[in-house]
Amino acid sequence: MLDTWLYIGIFVIVALMIPAIAIVIPKVIAPRKPNFMKSETYECGMETVGESQVQFRVQYYIFALVFLIFDIETVFLYPWAVAFKQLEMFMVVEGLIFIAILLAGLAYVWKKGVLEWA
Amino acid sequence: MSDPISLISTWFHNLLLGWGLPEGLVNFIGDFIGAGVVATVAMLVVIVLIWVERKVAGRMQDRFGPNRAGPYGLLQPIADVIKIMTKELITPDGADLIPYNFAPILSVAAVLLIWAVVPFASTVVGTDIHVGALYIIAVGSFGIVAVLMAGWSSDNKFALLGAARAVAQMVSYEVPMVLALLIPVLLAGSMGLTSIVAAQNVWFIVLAPIAALVFLIASMAEVGRAPFDLLEAESEIVAGFHTEYSGMKFGMFYVGEFLHVFTIGALIATFFLGGWRGWGAETYPILGFVYFYAKAFLGYFVITWIRLTVPRIRIDHMLAFSWKFLTPLILAALMVTAVLVKMLEDANVWVYSLGLLVANVLLIWATVEILKWLERNRTPRRQTFKGRPVAVAPKSSTSANS
Repeated sequence: MLDTWLYIGIFVIVALMIPAIAIVIPKVIAPRKPNFMKSETYECGMETVGESQVQFRVQYYIFALVFLIFDIETVFLYPWAVAFKQLEMFMVVEGLIFIAILLAGLAYVWKKGVLEWA
Repeated sequence: MSDPISLISTWFHNLLLGWGLPEGLVNFIGDFIGAGVVATVAMLVVIVLIWVERKVAGRMQDRFGPNRAGPYGLLQPIADVIKIMTKELITPDGADLIPYNFAPILSVAAVLLIWAVVPFASTVVGTDIHVGALYIIAVGSFGIVAVLMAGWSSDNKFALLGAARAVAQMVSYEVPMVLALLIPVLLAGSMGLTSIVAAQNVWFIVLAPIAALVFLIASMAEVGRAPFDLLEAESEIVAGFHTEYSGMKFGMFYVGEFLHVFTIGALIATFFLGGWRGWGAETYPILGFVYFYAKAFLGYFVITWIRLTVPRIRIDHMLAFSWKFLTPLILAALMVTAVLVKMLEDANVWVYSLGLLVANVLLIWATVEILKWLERNRTPRRQTFKGRPVAVAPKSSTSANS
């Protein structure tokens, strides 16, 4: 059990190392001549007006809330699916009711107009 | 001779033990080399993929594609790598250096990590964890963090907008993707990828075609490839989140995208096309590699094909497509599959497979009928201009236009 997760841990190190090496090589061999114009913020040739990290209207923060609900509910569905072969019929029906509640939630959100791009 | 890879690994294992190293250290070194090989092969596949992509794109757009460097232009990606290695890495003044430099690394690492659990052949698998499907979803989501980090830290309005779009898109398509993976898990009764492959005496694409289709579409949106490439729509926000990246740092985002597409091909192969299974793959595990990579490349080719065929869609359409079409469809498919699997539990394999296939086809038919009905009952778009469209404004003010 520990061995399988040790492999994942090692893989994390390797997976971070390979792209890091690929970026370090050009740091050594590539030319490096920074100047003022080059390191300006790119904005199609215009000078940037004001802050670059601007505030803007996030039109879809409610999408994020809906996503959160759905994702957590699907995490509950995964154990149900894994144990599916051993389940009695009424447990399956219970799972279906759970999914139906999910669908009802989606219908409510839809009806409320959250899914419209306003 | 039938299984060279496990032969080599046991030989190496015994060799290190023979040198008198402790058991734990030997396992550690073995794991390290295994991980290195898997990740390196995945990165090398990208070099092939770039050539394949350009060649396929060329042929589909009625041109040759790369054909100068080497036979059939095969050396073209290597020339590209050498070129991009010698490009200057420009860092904008306002960049937040730690996330700016870490984002490209993370975007590749997030995809590479998926390969830790993918079974390549009957005896060759990185590691077989019991929660493989959940692990894939969890690790795959790191890519979103990388995109957000890149967009925020590069101090550029285009990059920030691209990153914000990317998050909305990936968050929306995560839901149908997760639900689509639920169906193979349900059919196999396990989240481990090895058991899912082992359970596919009948390929799951036959038992759950809707899940396969939804998974394909949703994961294409996760990568942000055309027709879902709004996060880097050139005509609107330059290059999106990687506007300020140059040289190999940009290259890493590029590699991450290609590798992610191929990984999706591999996941579709594993979850729906039977993984390494095929004729003779149990007795000769080396054949498993061939089948697995052939299926993964098939998935890659299909995604490339869609990319080159379908134009980019508008962002509100895209989000609506996920929430109003894919999510209800996959939930309905999940319910139908659950009921049928329970009902046909004791039936023989033919009845079982045919029942699920017919149910899926019926569900697709019902969906198409509902869409047709909605199209008929749609309120026509409000027209603001009723007159005849003219190119030149009439000269006299007393014309019929008043």
